Amino acid sequence: MATVTFDHLTKRYSADVVAVNDLNLEVGDGEFLCLVGPSGCGKTTALRCVAGLEEISDGELRIGERVVNDVPPKDRDIAMVFQSYALYPHMSVFDNLAFGLKLRKTPKDDIKRRVDEAAAILGLQKLLDRKPKALSGGQRQRVALGRAIVREPAVFLMDEPLSNLDAKLRVQTRAEIARLHQRLGTTTIYVTHDQVEAMTMGDRIAVMRDGLLQQAGTPQDLYDDPANVFVAGFIGSPAMNFATTRTEGEHLMLGESRLELTGAAAKAASERPRGSNLLIGFRPEHLELANGQGADAVRIPAKIDVVEFLGNEELIHAQSEGHEVVALVPSDRKVSVGESVEFAIPVDKLHLFDPESEKSLAQ
Amino acid sequence: MDPRLVTALIVLIGVPAVLVGYIWGTEQVLKVFPERVKPRVRPWLWLLPAIAFLFIFLVYPTIGTIVRSFESKGNILGENTKFIGLDNYVWFFTDGRALSALKNNVLWLVFLTLFTVGLGLIIAVLVDRVRYESFAKSIIFLPLAISMVAASVIWKFMYDYDPNVGTLNAVAGIFGAGPVNWAQTSGFSLTTFMLIIVMTWMWTGFAMVIISAGLKGINTELLEAARVDGANEWQVFRGIIFPLLLPTIAVVATTIIITALKAFDIVYTMTNGNFDTEVVANLMYKEMFTNQNFGRAGALAVILLLAIIPIMAFNVRRFQAQEAIR
Ligand SMILES: Nc1ncnc2c1ncn2[C@@H]1O[C@H](COP(=O)(O)OP(=O)(O)O)[C@@H](O)[C@H]1O
Ligand SMILES: [Mg+2]
Repeated sequence: MATVTFDHLTKRYSADVVAVNDLNLEVGDGEFLCLVGPSGCGKTTALRCVAGLEEISDGELRIGERVVNDVPPKDRDIAMVFQSYALYPHMSVFDNLAFGLKLRKTPKDDIKRRVDEAAAILGLQKLLDRKPKALSGGQRQRVALGRAIVREPAVFLMDEPLSNLDAKLRVQTRAEIARLHQRLGTTTIYVTHDQVEAMTMGDRIAVMRDGLLQQAGTPQDLYDDPANVFVAGFIGSPAMNFATTRTEGEHLMLGESRLELTGAAAKAASERPRGSNLLIGFRPEHLELANGQGADAVRIPAKIDVVEFLGNEELIHAQSEGHEVVALVPSDRKVSVGESVEFAIPVDKLHLFDPESEKSLAQ
Repeated sequence: MDPRLVTALIVLIGVPAVLVGYIWGTEQVLKVFPERVKPRVRPWLWLLPAIAFLFIFLVYPTIGTIVRSFESKGNILGENTKFIGLDNYVWFFTDGRALSALKNNVLWLVFLTLFTVGLGLIIAVLVDRVRYESFAKSIIFLPLAISMVAASVIWKFMYDYDPNVGTLNAVAGIFGAGPVNWAQTSGFSLTTFMLIIVMTWMWTGFAMVIISAGLKGINTELLEAARVDGANEWQVFRGIIFPLLLPTIAVVATTIIITALKAFDIVYTMTNGNFDTEVVANLMYKEMFTNQNFGRAGALAVILLLAIIPIMAFNVRRFQAQEAIR
């Protein structure tokens, strides 16, 4: 067991390709950290730096107390699950699992016991004699997992391990990995571009963009208090709605409509110069169709464009003062296309952002 | 008209005409057959010319060679031969010269294959890790483009007894070693090894290029996975790279083995089989064109053919296995 600490870690591939830029992050002992961000943001690179497969350009990487910048992969006590699984094609499943143990000169009986154990956990017992070629995608994936757990390393590294599976298998394996982590309690860094995966699996999530860490925190933190527009838009599905408004004292003007604020939001707005722009964000699931509701709700008028029926809920696409607004509401109240409605948002669910820095105005 | 122009016209017009004529002809022949059988007969008719050529230029001569291998030496035109059964083969396995040729071919087969495949593998793996890879590979591949006779001339200079001419002896001189007659020493099969080295110089590039291509086909994530699993570079090579390269190495090795069995040019031009360097192919040449003994030459050809068949069979089997995987 160990912690992993990124201390001002930077990875440059060349002068103008900075894949990871001054990353500061600590992964706690036994923690399951999801590293999430859009494709090309440097997740894989960060993970490969931990594995020792990329040279670190600047800063320090520590596993436990040890600085490992110059330690070769084999001496880092880590195991990695590759996106392509990277199973050894010329070896049986058993030998794939046993390879790392054999290199460590583990006694034969021990190897057999540990491989059998790992195979039992992952349901691979019947496949031990097969070559990777003769396995399905899901089975290969489990062999890749097995190869990692059989070594009982201090840290697991996983690079989008589910991205090659079909949707159903992905959900199933997601749960399996979560169970595995509960059972083994090994420190894990899990890379994914899928925020749903990150939200459901991670103890904590670190969001990256263009090599820069945007925010790290529990899924709840990121959902409730996104640090900036990017995190706000990235976390949550369907994505958060954004709109540009002008300040007017304690209130905001969305086009011709006046949004009445109260509490902290009102205070934040009043601190801005009158008439300056302010970006607001609100989640589709926090919108309600207004019917003369209580005081602490911000009201937004809108005209309905499209209604997508999802069964229990429906997704309303509407126009409000030139902004597209998406709302997720219970499907019991029927609305029709073309209808003018008023959405209500609880004022504490309204996020305010500085339009220049895109940073959140909440403290 | 210029006769060359006439030839060109004949080729330009005649060849397509013959082809079209042949196809038209086959359709005429096909009219004899009922409609149902036509699709099954047509491919055979189209293949007929190729099969005929194959038969005339390969099968017939092979059979002719086998028949001759059972005959005695005739007059200068190869007439008046007698059937002598297996005598030519008995000669091959009892005559000192022939046995020494056989021994040398075995040396060629074992050491040429070991040297070229070994060096090719080492170089391929090493250059894979440097930036000037393609330059290094070009240099090492270059000798394969040189004709064997030219290579012999170059290496005759290398091996020359006079240190003022022979590079090898000049180098030996620096270390105070006397000149060695590299290309004219029977003892320890020294000269045979020197000839094998010439061939190694030529064919290492071939082995390297093919193995290098195989190496590029290995997913680098496999190597990274092995490193993370705890392997050092040697263990990565032993455990992952080498086993995955085995099919490629088998292809290279069989090609080189066949080259070794056919070894002729280098021997013919550098020593003509003297100094204990005789090989079967050169012996066959001598029996054929110097001694006019078509029978013995035929027997030697048949023996070479028989030696190559298992290797070809292995190659074909491997090929089919690979096709099956696809
Ligand atoms: N070997 C490399 N050489 C140069 N640039 C690279 C290399 N690997 C990745 N990059 C660049 O670094 C950035 C981050 O890549 P990566 O870590 O693979 O992103 P992610 O895994 O988040 O999709 C990308 O812009 C990519 O083009
Ligand atoms: Mg990636």
